[in-house]
Amino acid sequence: MFEILKKTQFSEKVFEFRVHAPRMAKKAHAGQFLMVRIDETGERVPFTFANWNPEEGWIEFIFMVVGKTTECLSQLNEGDFIRDITGPLGQPTEVEGDSVAVIGGGVGLAIAYPVARMLCEQGKNVYVIMGARTKDLLILHEQFDALPLAGLFVTTDDGSMGEKGVVTLPLARLCETDSIDHAFCVGPVPMMKFSSLTCHEHKIPIIASLNPIMVDGTGMCGCCRVEVGGETKFACVDGPDFDASAVDWDDLAARQASYRGEEAVSTKRHQEACACQK
Amino acid sequence: MPEVKKYRPNIGAPRTAPNEEPAAERACDFRPVDTGFTKEDAIAEANRCLDCKKPLCMQGCPVGVNIPGFIARIREEDWGGALETIKGDNLLPSVCGRVCPQENQCEGKCILGRKGEAVAIGQLERMVGDMAGEVGRAPVCKPKNGKKVAIVGSGPSGIACAGELAREGFDVTVFEAFFTGGGVLTYGIPEFRLPKAIVKREIDGLEQLGVHFEYNSVAGRLFDADELFNEEGFDALYLAVGAGLPRFLKVPGENLPGVYCANEYLTRTNLMHAYDFPVYDTPIRQGKNVVVFGGGNVAMDAARTALRLGADSVTLAYRRTEAEMPARLAEVHHAKEEGVKILELVNPLEFIKGEDGFVSAVELERMELGEPDASGRRRPVPIQDSAYQIPCDVAITAIGTMANPFAKLCADVELNRWGLIEADEDGRTSNPKVWAGGDIVTGAATVILAMGAGKKAAASMKKALLGE
Repeated sequence: MFEILKKTQFSEKVFEFRVHAPRMAKKAHAGQFLMVRIDETGERVPFTFANWNPEEGWIEFIFMVVGKTTECLSQLNEGDFIRDITGPLGQPTEVEGDSVAVIGGGVGLAIAYPVARMLCEQGKNVYVIMGARTKDLLILHEQFDALPLAGLFVTTDDGSMGEKGVVTLPLARLCETDSIDHAFCVGPVPMMKFSSLTCHEHKIPIIASLNPIMVDGTGMCGCCRVEVGGETKFACVDGPDFDASAVDWDDLAARQASYRGEEAVSTKRHQEACACQK
Repeated sequence: MPEVKKYRPNIGAPRTAPNEEPAAERACDFRPVDTGFTKEDAIAEANRCLDCKKPLCMQGCPVGVNIPGFIARIREEDWGGALETIKGDNLLPSVCGRVCPQENQCEGKCILGRKGEAVAIGQLERMVGDMAGEVGRAPVCKPKNGKKVAIVGSGPSGIACAGELAREGFDVTVFEAFFTGGGVLTYGIPEFRLPKAIVKREIDGLEQLGVHFEYNSVAGRLFDADELFNEEGFDALYLAVGAGLPRFLKVPGENLPGVYCANEYLTRTNLMHAYDFPVYDTPIRQGKNVVVFGGGNVAMDAARTALRLGADSVTLAYRRTEAEMPARLAEVHHAKEEGVKILELVNPLEFIKGEDGFVSAVELERMELGEPDASGRRRPVPIQDSAYQIPCDVAITAIGTMANPFAKLCADVELNRWGLIEADEDGRTSNPKVWAGGDIVTGAATVILAMGAGKKAAASMKKALLGE
């Protein structure tokens, strides 16, 4: 059992939990993830570490409410317990180069943040591009702002904050002005795909942190397999970071959509149950 | 002195039939297929045993269980004695009685099998094992010897090692990556073949012996061997992480949604209870036409699971013939009885994508059997221009597994070229404080061999740590 020490709400649907996990806090690295199972009937869902503190023995992860499991998570409060948390899993993020663009889209910003922080600590020149559909979904803006960044760009699809448009606009400018020599992206598949294409045009190497569906997270089930450079890789043990230019994005998008129907059934059933309780 | 009545076997009696649920009924849910022998069945079957002077059945058993000994106790209705006799060599009789390939082991050597039918040793073993709750004597642990052993993996090998060491007075901690114990017994073997209550009973038994279980603990990620030795005071480590990494067919379309490897299909069903979706949150795709690739026990488990999940048609496609299938005979028999169709001598070439983005068909080529290969089985050879397609909306590949990738992250031990740990007969590795056994040493094998390796390693660790 893992106690929730602190709950922070970033927006209507985005939350952060600080959880007591002393052993994990000693071992977490930027880019790694953990698997959560809320209760006995819960599914196993991966979340990337957002922060951790080995001295105080806690880890943090950020999630956006998108379905039943994240809905249930969001209803937990400080002092409540999460049944199972397993981690750290996956390979830590490593980004080469001296001047790096970190691109985060939507809830992917939660993964981009510890990566940007780590790259700053490594003394690199770090540009961050934050993208979201709308202002309310743009999380961690203050936290990014507090980092010693070379530049912070904000884009929203509806123009409610920052530049109206998508992350590839500032990314292309950074590439064109020779401001960056490497890039890292995490977020929805189309965002990663087009970030990769933009970088590819300018011959800038780019890493993507992938987020396929997982079951065990330790290399045993193959649910998270992705095609990278024509080879099948497991995001849970070989990744989650891969050379973005080699990723088969259509394959990833199709696999991510494998359980759309079931997810809708589960969410509807849960919402009806919640409505009954009210 | 009273005259000792000489035992006369009931020669000519037919092998006692198993008590199986009707195929059509059982194929709809996850209840146990075989409810096991009654006491009367067991005694009748025990009376068929010839009590051979040189029992060949024991030679057939990978861990040398005293088979005539425990069968004699059954005849005497000394159930506790029978259990003790088996447990001397096999700590998991309820499990092994259900999952051992007896026809290639004990029963395969039984003299009665030469002209008729072998004694149903597996059924007897299982029945005695299942009586543990009634007749089992609480094992006595030796006083604590002050030595701490860490075991990585709570599958059959880890469980066996933990049980042996706890009884010898060691302080034992088992680290398990999942949220519950049992390893492949829990995530791999379905409820209808091995009820999870039996696995739980074994784990509970170990906890009663004082074994600590640390779940959600991924070796090599959350901790490594050096930390266990230097920071947590462990004196030795047994690596029993298994060989769970799935192999793939490496054909086009294999990553399409709807194409599973058996590990995922079975883990979703067994560990995560996907058959009870949406009560349990983990979903699984309900196929109408399911095709399973493989001929082993895992392929049978996947095919029979698909039936129970409501498939209209389940086809098991194998590149050789039924005669070469490595699965237990009982599993093939049960699968066919339940309605699994066996398609022999075919090899998948490509999975075809349907309009909905999921797999919709598989292209197969026909095979014929050529010369025997290294395994002694005749090698399947493709027949030219024989490709054809069959519809399938769920495909499951069950073509074997490889070394678990975490072993090498956990401890500095020598591996072979397949990533398996190099270990001797006693489980000793190149690292003097680290032992290893089970599938991570042998590659995918049987529960009984893994269990046996755990037991041997425990004896070797005891010798090394206590100098006895």
